Amino acid sequence: MSDVVEKTLTALPSLLSLDSQPGSAKLSSTSKLGALIRGITELTSKHEEEKLIQRELASLKDQVSSPNTSMRQMKEAMVRAIYCEMLGYEASFSYIHAIKLAQQGSILDKRVGYLAVTLFLNENHEFVLTCYDYKHIIPIIIYCVYDTCNTPLVEEKLNHPKEIIRRKAVLALYKFYLIAPNQVQHIHNRFRKALCDKDPGVMFASLHIYLQMIKGYKDLTASFVTILKQVVSGKLPMDFNYHSVPAPWLQIQLLRILSILGKNDQSTSEIMYDVLDESLKRAEINHNITYAILYECVKCIYTIYPKTDLLEKAAKCIGNFVLSSKINLKYLGLKALTYVVQQDPKLALQHQMTIIECLDHPDVIIKRETLELLFRITNAQNITVIVEKMLEFLHQSKDDHTTIDLVGKVAEIAEKYPLQTMNTVFSLGGDMIQPDIPNSFLKLLSEGFESEEENKKLRLFAVDSYILLLEGETRNLPQRFLQVISWVLGEYSHLRNDLDPARVMTLLTKLLEMRQTSSETKTWVLMAMTKLCSGEASVSIARSVCEDLSSSMDTVQRQRAHELLLLSQDRALRSQLLPLCSDPEPLEVDSSLSFLDAFVSEALAAGAAPYKPPHQRQEELAQQKALSLEPYELSLPINMSSSCVTGRQSPTLMSVSSGLSGDSAELSHKGGSTTLKLEGVKRVWGREGYLSKKEPVEEVAQAEIPSPLSSPNQHTGASGTSSNTHPPIPTPEPEQEKQQLASSLFVGLGSQSSLCLVRADIYALHVAVFQYSLSVIRPVVHFEVMGMLSYQSSHKSHEVEFTYKLPLTNFIRPFTVSTEQYGAMWLAFSNDTKQNLNLVTDGQDSLTDTLNVLKGKLNLHIVEIIGMEGIVACRLAQDQPCLLHCHIHAGTLAVWLRSPVPDLPDSLLYHCQRALEGT
Amino acid sequence: MIKAILIFNNHGKPRLIRFYQYFAEDMQQQIIRETFHLVSKRDDNVCNFLEGGSLIGGSDYKLIYRHYATLYFVFCVDSSESELGILDLIQTMQSFTFFFQVFVETLDKCFENVCELDLIFHMDKVHYILQEVVMGGMVLETNMNEIVAQVEVQNRMEKSEGGLSAAPARAVSAVKNMNLPEIPRNINIGDINIKVPSLSPF
Repeated sequence: MSDVVEKTLTALPSLLSLDSQPGSAKLSSTSKLGALIRGITELTSKHEEEKLIQRELASLKDQVSSPNTSMRQMKEAMVRAIYCEMLGYEASFSYIHAIKLAQQGSILDKRVGYLAVTLFLNENHEFVLTCYDYKHIIPIIIYCVYDTCNTPLVEEKLNHPKEIIRRKAVLALYKFYLIAPNQVQHIHNRFRKALCDKDPGVMFASLHIYLQMIKGYKDLTASFVTILKQVVSGKLPMDFNYHSVPAPWLQIQLLRILSILGKNDQSTSEIMYDVLDESLKRAEINHNITYAILYECVKCIYTIYPKTDLLEKAAKCIGNFVLSSKINLKYLGLKALTYVVQQDPKLALQHQMTIIECLDHPDVIIKRETLELLFRITNAQNITVIVEKMLEFLHQSKDDHTTIDLVGKVAEIAEKYPLQTMNTVFSLGGDMIQPDIPNSFLKLLSEGFESEEENKKLRLFAVDSYILLLEGETRNLPQRFLQVISWVLGEYSHLRNDLDPARVMTLLTKLLEMRQTSSETKTWVLMAMTKLCSGEASVSIARSVCEDLSSSMDTVQRQRAHELLLLSQDRALRSQLLPLCSDPEPLEVDSSLSFLDAFVSEALAAGAAPYKPPHQRQEELAQQKALSLEPYELSLPINMSSSCVTGRQSPTLMSVSSGLSGDSAELSHKGGSTTLKLEGVKRVWGREGYLSKKEPVEEVAQAEIPSPLSSPNQHTGASGTSSNTHPPIPTPEPEQEKQQLASSLFVGLGSQSSLCLVRADIYALHVAVFQYSLSVIRPVVHFEVMGMLSYQSSHKSHEVEFTYKLPLTNFIRPFTVSTEQYGAMWLAFSNDTKQNLNLVTDGQDSLTDTLNVLKGKLNLHIVEIIGMEGIVACRLAQDQPCLLHCHIHAGTLAVWLRSPVPDLPDSLLYHCQRALEGT
Repeated sequence: MIKAILIFNNHGKPRLIRFYQYFAEDMQQQIIRETFHLVSKRDDNVCNFLEGGSLIGGSDYKLIYRHYATLYFVFCVDSSESELGILDLIQTMQSFTFFFQVFVETLDKCFENVCELDLIFHMDKVHYILQEVVMGGMVLETNMNEIVAQVEVQNRMEKSEGGLSAAPARAVSAVKNMNLPEIPRNINIGDINIKVPSLSPF
């Protein structure tokens, strides 16, 4: 760096003359611009800055529109306007004056005018279109910002005696070509002429053009090779040297052109072998710019038709890059390797160790590039390690862009090597992965590929690898993976003939006995056992399992155990229910549960209360709230919903519930009614264990004064036991810890939102603003934000609590998709709910009216309306979509919601209902 | 092609902004903020390249930057630019900044971060220099002597205009007719002219 600076200083004494006019620099610091800049630097807040600039803009406006403003003042005003625009404040009133300035006045006035115009306007701005005739458009559109000649027509400039003007004209024409290629076909000849211009600078400028349109110029290959040969061998004047490298940028440009020309073209490539060899040889001086040439050279050699000895030299060159201690070169080396490795994977082997080192490099960019490289060399053997590395990086990465990119790559690998990848993803990604991922994986397994042979191989491989896994240490496997394992074993272990079902049963029993296994996983395991249970040995295992579980607290588990017991005894019923060869045809599921109609009417006749969907129940509870003195508990029946979820997630389970008809329906109905009774009872223990409280302080407040504002389901995580054991803690430090703990508990419980409030010291007359971003972890109808403010006045501490209720609608964003995308997504989503809603009937087209009301109130996006049907889409803030399908049915709006997020359809439906009730 | 050149200080305050592709005003500010966010959290001893942020065009674009004193020089380029080439170009530009710094320090020592402030005090001039280096997103000139020569010619014009400001009309014609001196290092092409043998005649 310093040598460059030194060179500048010695080479540019004349530049000093720029301000050698006495006072011109003084002027800059005492001028209005100087005053403005100084004013801004002295300010402390963004708000003050805004005020100052608005004032400045107002005075600027007066100044530019006043007829008495001299050209000099106008120029000065323009510079100030440019400055304001740079800071992000619009100065659109000055645009027209900038254009005027560019049209009239002396060259120097024009120069300022042109500068302002190019900074302010773009090709599409109305001023450009309305204020200019052809002559004026050219210089502006093409950013041909300023030239010393007055004639604006660029083409004439191509013949200008001065080299720099010709050069700019070439670039200007090129820009023009980019904007309107049809209108400038005649200039191709001029480009050619520019290429043979007597000045190398003009030739260099023309290379920009040829780089873009080179495909049609194969005949020029020999010319480009000749030019490069002359440049490389130092035929250019010394002035073109940069750090004693002859015209490096020119070389880079030419190498790029050659690589495009030689791609997949042997005869063209042969012409350039010599000059490439020469370039590699010559570029030996140890400077950045020679590395730039080398890098282009290597890329070119690997792009064109290959020649062995050149490839060897290039490979050596890449080695130098990768091994370099300079980090920029290492980066480029990795990039080159990534590029090259597709043709020659062996090259990566040579640099194995370096690549491994780069994986742990402190620079994220190097790491990413290494992963990119690994991604290219992924194969069946190394896949596990590579995916592991990718996921590891994914865990650390906080940058959205990187995350999206990497997830895409993992998915791409997964398509190539489904099983290995998914096993890695499951065991590492664990319970953090979206519930849709294991679902689609199981779908892939059960639907399979086109060839039956492939399918069988894949399934057998899955069974083998999972048996192996279960025989090892199972304690650390994530729950979702265990669920997948049990499904696969249940479904496919019969494929392996020499495998004794009892052995699998024993392995599965081990899972049941593990303390870490969640009750949801246990149901999966039990289902698998039900499928497997054949032969004496297995039946006895099944029996002992059932005995253990028959006293389980969990109704679903009890239900499954009961099923297992019955089916293990009745072989005929079992083979009928769970046929060995899984039928590839889709199961027909009667989602309206019409086979229950008889049962329901019987129950209703016997005096049972009619069934109400969960959201309706919530609604009613909320209305009764004013009378209630106790905080209500979660009204969504947890066990019920968990059984629903398992049912949906596993295709086999679905077959059971529809196949068992009356019997199972009765049981599940019973299950539902048991949970319904739980309402109003404090829940101390939940599925995840002891249900802790959000904030002890807030709990006290609730126990004393039941807040009429809060809606029942906000207390999902907050329902507490004895509040006395947690007295409010006045000292701020432990409280802060608690709050953090609370917020982490919050997350663990899968509750609504996570936030961490930080203690704030607020001084008199100061306003403190805190911003927190809330993200929805599990959707519910309303979210409640609670907080506490503690402050001190005259040595007394005060505490103020506050709550704020946020409906789900605050988190809903419109989701713009096409009808095709909608269709694809619709099939992929597993959580759904249906309901008939009120129609808005006062207009002509009730469907459109209704949907518009929903759109307006809930911020939804209407994808398409066809006749009596409409489709609507929205998403939660973090890209979790929900799709609505609406059609008019018997005077009501039948809505069907689907989403990959559990509970989102139900919660959203509640708001849809509310939105339409008001109309 | 170069998509944008951004110069901002350690606090993310823009000092020189030039977009070669159109972005709406508020988008420009967002891009500046995002770029600052990406660049500022990187150490000084890591590589000078960054895969582009999400705003300016995704993975096809690279950010090539240098951190010098209180300023970040960021070039946003597409794949048709050479990484190391641009890096050297930034260095050339930085030497200009450095030059300004030295110059202003001698005149006015009031400001602590002269280097930065001077960029904005001479904002128009810095833009003119930039115009000699990059035109419409394409690298026009990389030779520093050449750039200096161009700026010099312009300065001379400015001076002569200053002297003749009393009679603007005459000044204009004078500048027009002014016989601009040859740039001292203008290339003597002579015999070592580049020959392009196989070109068909027009």
